[in-house]
Amino acid sequence: MSIRQDGRGEAAVIVEGLEKSFGSTRALDGIDFQVKRGTVLGLLGPNGAGKTTAVRILTTLLKPDAGRVEVAGIDVLAHPDQVRANIGLTGQNAAVDEILTGHENLVMFGQLYRLSLRSAKQRADELLERFDLSVAANRTLKTYSGGMRRRLDLAASLIVSPPVIFLDEPTTGLDPRSRNGMWEVIQDLVDDGTTVLLTTQYLEEADRLADNIVVVDHGRVIAEGTADQLKSQLGGERLAISVSSGTDLSLAERTLLEIAGSTGKVDGEVQIDADANQLTVPFAAGGRGLPDALRRLDAAGLELTDIALRRPTLDDVFLTLTGRTAEQEADASTEHAA
Amino acid sequence: MSTNTLPAPTTAPEQRIATSPDLDFVRRSKPVSVVSDSLILAKRHLMRIPRQPDWLVGVTIMPIMFLLLFRYIFGETVQATLPPGVDAVNYLVMGIIVQGIVFGAMNTGLGLAMDAKEGLMDRFASLPMARSAVVLGRILADMGIAIFTTTITILVGLLVGFRPTTNVGDWIAAIGLMLLMAFVLAWLGAIIGLWLKTVEAVNSIGFTLIFPLTFLSSTFINPDFLPGWLQGFAKNQPFTLLLDATRGLLTGFPEIGNSAWMVTLYLLIALVVLVPIALRMYERRLTQ
Repeated sequence: MSIRQDGRGEAAVIVEGLEKSFGSTRALDGIDFQVKRGTVLGLLGPNGAGKTTAVRILTTLLKPDAGRVEVAGIDVLAHPDQVRANIGLTGQNAAVDEILTGHENLVMFGQLYRLSLRSAKQRADELLERFDLSVAANRTLKTYSGGMRRRLDLAASLIVSPPVIFLDEPTTGLDPRSRNGMWEVIQDLVDDGTTVLLTTQYLEEADRLADNIVVVDHGRVIAEGTADQLKSQLGGERLAISVSSGTDLSLAERTLLEIAGSTGKVDGEVQIDADANQLTVPFAAGGRGLPDALRRLDAAGLELTDIALRRPTLDDVFLTLTGRTAEQEADASTEHAA
Repeated sequence: MSTNTLPAPTTAPEQRIATSPDLDFVRRSKPVSVVSDSLILAKRHLMRIPRQPDWLVGVTIMPIMFLLLFRYIFGETVQATLPPGVDAVNYLVMGIIVQGIVFGAMNTGLGLAMDAKEGLMDRFASLPMARSAVVLGRILADMGIAIFTTTITILVGLLVGFRPTTNVGDWIAAIGLMLLMAFVLAWLGAIIGLWLKTVEAVNSIGFTLIFPLTFLSSTFINPDFLPGWLQGFAKNQPFTLLLDATRGLLTGFPEIGNSAWMVTLYLLIALVVLVPIALRMYERRLTQ
């Protein structure tokens, strides 16, 4: 289920056999992927999976130990200067000058992108307008909200309308409303034909924005495909129940297995979230099996607080691939090579 | 928005392919872009200063405070270490100027540590700009600040009795030496900033290293009056040589001797050593 390879001209980003170690930590252990021109690739994985390392190599900030990387048709290792003129990078922290105003920031970055002062000013105005920051154009960034700062950061990487944009966890730390705002802005960008490589820990984000998803863990690609392809790997729908607290979870588990087993093959186990008293099982019967399931749960004496059928989420994908949820993984490996 | 077009496979990589038809790009040779990018970043730093009251206090109030404290509290003490006919105010003003330049160099380190912390260094490194301009722009700005601080110190000094020579040639030589010292120290400050990495560490460790050096010199008192075992170092270290040279040029005491040539030699050697180290540390800082 790999990304279609349409030849060099179609791929805006090519990564082959990329390796990078920091001391004894193997951040990238031979990863390969491509981003088709005009599409969004979501590089999905927990903290320390190697996403940021890959982006740093692709944006010329880091040299790999081995492998080949090409961005916008340019060999990154051979011509880093040309790559820099053709990419935009928005990192995890909004990398803009706090003490300058929004307008001053964009003019400065524009000039550093080699624009004439006049062009840089004109472009700054356009971008501030486009990102809804015109009213705040002449205020220092200290007065900006987190969401405004990220938008300005993104605007700074779009000054020369580069064909390839790298967004390294663009919404980490944003509140849901600002996150939605960023998603809209990124979606507009993609609609304009820009190629985007997006790293994220948020499965929802990859699901929403990415045409293709590459799942990385411990510096390796462990899966790739569209969100739908990844989800269909896990079979069909799932049955999720919540039981009242104090319920015997193992009884609930046995009952769910019986229910799922009676309607077809059970591929996968019952996932139990003990804190939330929630259990989930692959459920091939879908909506037609629901009445029967309810009867059996009732017969077993289980007191339900909620029951739902749902399509597998990317969280389920991650759990199936690594045996851990993305959150557990992130907790376990914080401080692991970023 | 413009349509982005990627090259056909045959496109030469030298061609820039970001397409923004209505944008006006400036072509510059590499050395020219080092200078122009440095100036863009120096402008950035200078724009920041008036908006940061704490920095403004550091570069204006502090030298004035030091000058007034020493002039009116330790003036008599300093006077006692000087030969008859040499005025303590003349002696002190020069010392405060050099101390201001030394402390100012720490701003270079602080600024770089701050840029690294805020992720700006990464962004600069991803732009098609001259990389060394990040360090050089910072240093140019700090030179500007050094000139500002020195000017203020001289003006306040004149108000409280500083009576330097009016010989233009001597002034040019003295200012040249002080700027050279500021330039060299800024590279040292850059190294400290890139080495210690955090703003807090630069503040505490940087100043702890630099502070005693300014006192173990002729900054505030005639080193003839220091304990004997300290005199050898205090009389020959670069700060003292710079002070001897600039005092000799502007106030006639001490004798200038060959201190001007010695300090110029020291500073040029230091520059040859420090610049490549700082630039290499900057490159390495990026790849960590």
